[in-house]
Amino acid sequence: MSDHTVRRTRWSAVRDLLRACFATPSAAIVTIIAIALAAAAVIPIARWALVNATWFGDATDCRRAATGACWAFVRHKAGFILFGLYPAAQRWRPGIAAAILVALVVCTAMPRCWTRWLLAAWALGLTVAVFVMRGGLGLGVVPTQQWGGLPVTIMLTAIGLAGGFPLGIALALGRRSRRPVPRATATAIVEVVRGVPLIAVLYVAVLVFPLALPAGLSVDKLFLAQAAVIVFASAYLAEAVRSGLQLVPPRRLDAGLALGLGWWQTMQRIVLPEALRTVLPSFISIAVGFFQDTSLIVIIGLFDLLNTARSAAQDPNWLGFFTEAFVFAGAIYFCGSAALSRYGLWLERRMARVDPAMRVTRPLSLSVAAPPE
Amino acid sequence: MRSPADRRAILLQGLGLGLTGAALWWLARNTGASLAQRGLTIGFGFLRHPANFEIGDTWWIPFSPADSVGRAIIVGLLNTALVSALGCVLATAVGFIAGVLRLSPNPALRGLVRAGVEIVRNTPLLLLLLFLAASLHALPSPQHALVPVRGVFLSDRGLVLPAVAGVGWTIGLAAAAVVAFLSRSRLGTKGWVAAAVLAVAAAVSAIARPPAVQPAHFTGFNFVGGVVLSPELAALLAALVLHQAAHISEVVRGAVLAVPRGQRDAAMALGMSRFQSLRLVVMPVALRAMVPLLATNCVSLIKNSSLAVAIGFPDVVSVLNTAGNQTGHSIETMLIMIAVYLSLSLLVASGLGRYNEHLLHTGTALS
Repeated sequence: MSDHTVRRTRWSAVRDLLRACFATPSAAIVTIIAIALAAAAVIPIARWALVNATWFGDATDCRRAATGACWAFVRHKAGFILFGLYPAAQRWRPGIAAAILVALVVCTAMPRCWTRWLLAAWALGLTVAVFVMRGGLGLGVVPTQQWGGLPVTIMLTAIGLAGGFPLGIALALGRRSRRPVPRATATAIVEVVRGVPLIAVLYVAVLVFPLALPAGLSVDKLFLAQAAVIVFASAYLAEAVRSGLQLVPPRRLDAGLALGLGWWQTMQRIVLPEALRTVLPSFISIAVGFFQDTSLIVIIGLFDLLNTARSAAQDPNWLGFFTEAFVFAGAIYFCGSAALSRYGLWLERRMARVDPAMRVTRPLSLSVAAPPE
Repeated sequence: MRSPADRRAILLQGLGLGLTGAALWWLARNTGASLAQRGLTIGFGFLRHPANFEIGDTWWIPFSPADSVGRAIIVGLLNTALVSALGCVLATAVGFIAGVLRLSPNPALRGLVRAGVEIVRNTPLLLLLLFLAASLHALPSPQHALVPVRGVFLSDRGLVLPAVAGVGWTIGLAAAAVVAFLSRSRLGTKGWVAAAVLAVAAAVSAIARPPAVQPAHFTGFNFVGGVVLSPELAALLAALVLHQAAHISEVVRGAVLAVPRGQRDAAMALGMSRFQSLRLVVMPVALRAMVPLLATNCVSLIKNSSLAVAIGFPDVVSVLNTAGNQTGHSIETMLIMIAVYLSLSLLVASGLGRYNEHLLHTGTALS
């Protein structure tokens, strides 16, 4: 394709856009109103965030400027917002742990990595990440009370989903079992967990569960919160898996059994792969929801990214710059969520392209409704 | 005669039940021991004891620290109900408008709405809530309140709206008329008659007692008259409505796009305008696919209203948490919390099940 044609197609796209915007007089009026509204929102924000902003200096410089954003505050507090109370000299450790987890997630996202090795990689990666954070064997031990910021958010999400996944498959299979005990147990767990807000599950894990342990045995709060997130995620993943299983024709199971495969083998090699592939887009929506919902641990007093941002703004030296802190944390959440959602769309398109015969059934109830917090 | 597989299954299930029972028994025994160590016993008697804590926002029933814990929980429940009812209605309305606007043929309008929806959908609700609460608390004092519209005041005391007096009967009768009108297909002629009678009654009540708008005025210390929403309530409502409306707009858009395009083309070929074909042909089909999702979104909003505890608005979770901390009966308060939300979710689930059956029965389900 020559340069000339590229330019022409680009121009025709612009022309189509303008034509759609100003097709009729009423369309032109709507366009102008929409642009005016956008300008009314964007111009003051740009003036605040860019034109009048203070980039360097301290709180007095910011207060002198008064009408603009104080990015000097974010520069000053970025270390705390990203890593919380983790000792400043050791911040490379949560940095490495977060990088390992992100690498695992990115690797999991690539279809070419979907092999048995992925499970081993997760087991190894999680062990190394937790070890680097926690310390031991020569590294100084940093108790979980000092963990905070982005690594905690990423850890809760990644381990929550990775741990909730096998549990969710077990619950889904249990719920579809024809034996009464697994069916009743799985149904009860899934319905109760999905029926209550995440806060209730966190409260039960942190306030009530420790009472049920033998005297003298105390469990780490972050560990309990992580366990609560795993259980909560498993219930939502179970419903997604179950809807995938429902879309697999029953004759697949019969065919597997007729070939002499056992029930487990048929499930593992024929039914589950098809079921899971069908509902992949729902998994992505659930993942986006959980990335955002881990912020609820603020309420039980743990320091994730949102809580470190909020605490940074409560520093007496920097009072009143909460907007900057929330914008900084919000931008990180936005990038993570938007990247995941984009990936979900890409995956859906790829699946439709790779295997057009397989209709990508996207159960509306799971893909659109984010998991209720 | 049972097959060997069945016998093995029964054995395994019995084993599983036994293990679960043993684990539960062990946990219960530990709980009993830790409670005995703290000098506590399980029971709901504490609900009658005086609460000894304040509740900031009380709607409909008054509350003082001398009142019982049970009454405090009811106040919390009413607050949750208020936020949920207002939130569901507003979020559905805003979400519907945003969803329809995103289907507009005009790229500028579509893009504007999309930008807003994407920002809200990709940031946590709690971040939005904490930000709004902090922003409202950072507003000027009532003397220097912002007045975006005449009669509406925004200050660090919250949002003050004008009160509207004498509309109770009118609203009630008008709502009954709308309900009768909507169920006219089932009621037949009686529905039309009832709707007409109720509409006339509503009109008469509106004329007999015309609604009076009473804006609040500032008296040097505080606002007198008007409806005052505390900063917490205003922030909670705004955050819940924005967040859920963004999700509902996606539901509306998805449902409309799921209607086969031929239906709209046919309607437009018959000479209907774009809006008419949407309202008369596409929406009725899309609504059937939407209703269950709108209901799940409402349930999410109600569950999300529990984030109130993060900003100190006394909803049912917040009050139960305070009561549990104060009295030491956190197991009982957690049980109440779970019972409240679970009964609500199961109620909606059973309602949706019946609705789906109804659709399958009448053959109007959207495949």
